[in-house]
Amino acid sequence: MNKISNRQVICEVLLENAKTDKDIVVLCSDSRGSASMTPFFNTYPEQSVETGIAEQDLVGISAGLAKVGKKPYAFSPASFVSTRSYEQAKVDCAYSDTNVKLIGISGGVSYGALGMSHHSAQDIAAFAAIPNMRVYLPSDRFQTRCLFEALLKDQKTAYIRVGRNPVEDVYEEGNVPFEMDKATVLCEGDDVAIVATGEMVKPAKDAAALLLEKGIHATVLDMYCVKPLDKEAVIKAAQNAKAVITVEEHSPFGGLGSMVSQVVGAACPRKVVNLALPDAPVITGTSKEVFEYYGLDAKGIAKTAEEILK
Amino acid sequence: MENLKALSYELRRDVMDIIMAGKAGHIGGDMSVMETLVSLYFHTMNISPENQDDPDRDMLVMSKGHCVESLYAVLAKKGFFPLEQVLKEYSQFGSHFIGHPNNKLPGIEMNSGSLGHGLPVAVGMAIGEKMDGRSARVYVVMGDGELAEGSVWEGAMSATQYKLDNLTAIVDRNRLQISGTTEEVMHQDSVEERFKAFGWNVLSVAGNDVEAMNAAFDEAKAFKGAPTLIVANTTKGCGSPVMENKASWHHHVPTQEEYDQIMKDLKEREEAALHE
Ligand SMILES: Cc1ncc(C[n+]2csc(CCOP(=O)(O)OP(=O)(O)O)c2C)c(N)n1
Ligand SMILES: [Mg+2]
Repeated sequence: MNKISNRQVICEVLLENAKTDKDIVVLCSDSRGSASMTPFFNTYPEQSVETGIAEQDLVGISAGLAKVGKKPYAFSPASFVSTRSYEQAKVDCAYSDTNVKLIGISGGVSYGALGMSHHSAQDIAAFAAIPNMRVYLPSDRFQTRCLFEALLKDQKTAYIRVGRNPVEDVYEEGNVPFEMDKATVLCEGDDVAIVATGEMVKPAKDAAALLLEKGIHATVLDMYCVKPLDKEAVIKAAQNAKAVITVEEHSPFGGLGSMVSQVVGAACPRKVVNLALPDAPVITGTSKEVFEYYGLDAKGIAKTAEEILK
Repeated sequence: MENLKALSYELRRDVMDIIMAGKAGHIGGDMSVMETLVSLYFHTMNISPENQDDPDRDMLVMSKGHCVESLYAVLAKKGFFPLEQVLKEYSQFGSHFIGHPNNKLPGIEMNSGSLGHGLPVAVGMAIGEKMDGRSARVYVVMGDGELAEGSVWEGAMSATQYKLDNLTAIVDRNRLQISGTTEEVMHQDSVEERFKAFGWNVLSVAGNDVEAMNAAFDEAKAFKGAPTLIVANTTKGCGSPVMENKASWHHHVPTQEEYDQIMKDLKEREEAALHE
């Protein structure tokens, strides 16, 4: 089982690039430990800004830095950066068009037993609703690296959500198909199309393997780019299948499921089932317990597929 | 009267057991805030399981909600729920005893966890109490790192605008947050001067001295015309040198060895307090 978390990979990529790119600035709000950014703060103190427990300040300062030519990467738990500093993200990053990368760490239900204040089941919906804001949820450590290498090259704001714990690999070292803003097709089949994002991609991939044992053929899309959504890939997958399942660690409203349903409904109507967290405070437990409980694991996804194909 | 000093050490041992049982918790801030909570629940506030639905009861908002384990220990001792239930359920699958205050549980008024919310909420409660002419008092406990949140200062302004002498705020001034000292991370000195500048009545006391806290709360009750801030100057991890004044103990779960040593130290301090 992989021991390297996606947040650690982000730190590695930024450390490598900050050596030559002195405009890279990392900002934390008493969150450098949970962001895995302590090595960056220690190596490049002159390229680091600590704001204390002040997420509005974090994002406002980032926008100001970007305005004068810096490339800020602001890290804070997804629960706080997507709510407390939402207006700064909307006005100072997206509306003013500043090159601020917002990284929501410990996303989704990573902080299982800490309760709803610490869960971010609304961040995709919130950020996707802001014009000019992009939303990315990388699925594993290899894709996280590809994504950040791509983000380093662009000049626009984006929100990236990662979880707290290491996730099992979806890809293999040296074999990571990645094209910016294009979904990655993990497998193709003409019974059901499963569109997943972030840490739900691995269970979706495993579900496809379970289904294959039963003679059910699934397409699995790794939709790390929730916005801009790769509509073409969604339509192609849906057209070839009898039904579509979306899987996300998010509220059932306004996230990947809503967006995929809109596209499928308009372009090639099919039955679409959205697997997501409930519209309620999430049950207390570890991520694993929570996912199992709500059918967001490989078994649950496969079961849903079998039921809708009946 | 009960020996509240000894009680504070006894309840710290309950906190240790809660954290060991759930393998989680914010031990440093739990230990620093203990005398504040003991003074509130066993000396200051008009609150008990018997009057928990009475509109005239005093109310606490635990704004530094991550230190819920100390609140669980105190509420259990007050009889709101059995300690055994906390030990069994805290942080477990499906439990209401989560890592932050949750008002699905008896004795907890408001949910928290995201820092910087408590003071504005307490201001609203205090304004409401005054509107309805009730004598209930409102208390809010904040961390010192928490003071970096702008919302704290919006609340601080409103509290004096509305002359909320029924509101007492406490800052657990342990001088540490997650990433280091408050002065390194985001300076807070002087908390006293800042709140005075906002028009508050400010008391600065030894926050791990329960007698001093009792006296400060009495003084706050008597003060008219403005809200009172009590700066409780505390030691993070107070109770054993193993954990005192160490940023790394913000949410460290003790090893068995550390646990044994800390329990021994706490027991010694409790015994000493009983024989003072
Ligand atoms: C809005 C918000 N940002 C970040 C956090 C994460 N967090 C939990 S505890 C903590 C440090 C709190 O320090 P302080 O207020 O000094 O509390 P204490 O020392 O009493 O534990 C942080 C940053 C949070 N709970 N809420
Ligand atoms: Mg502190």
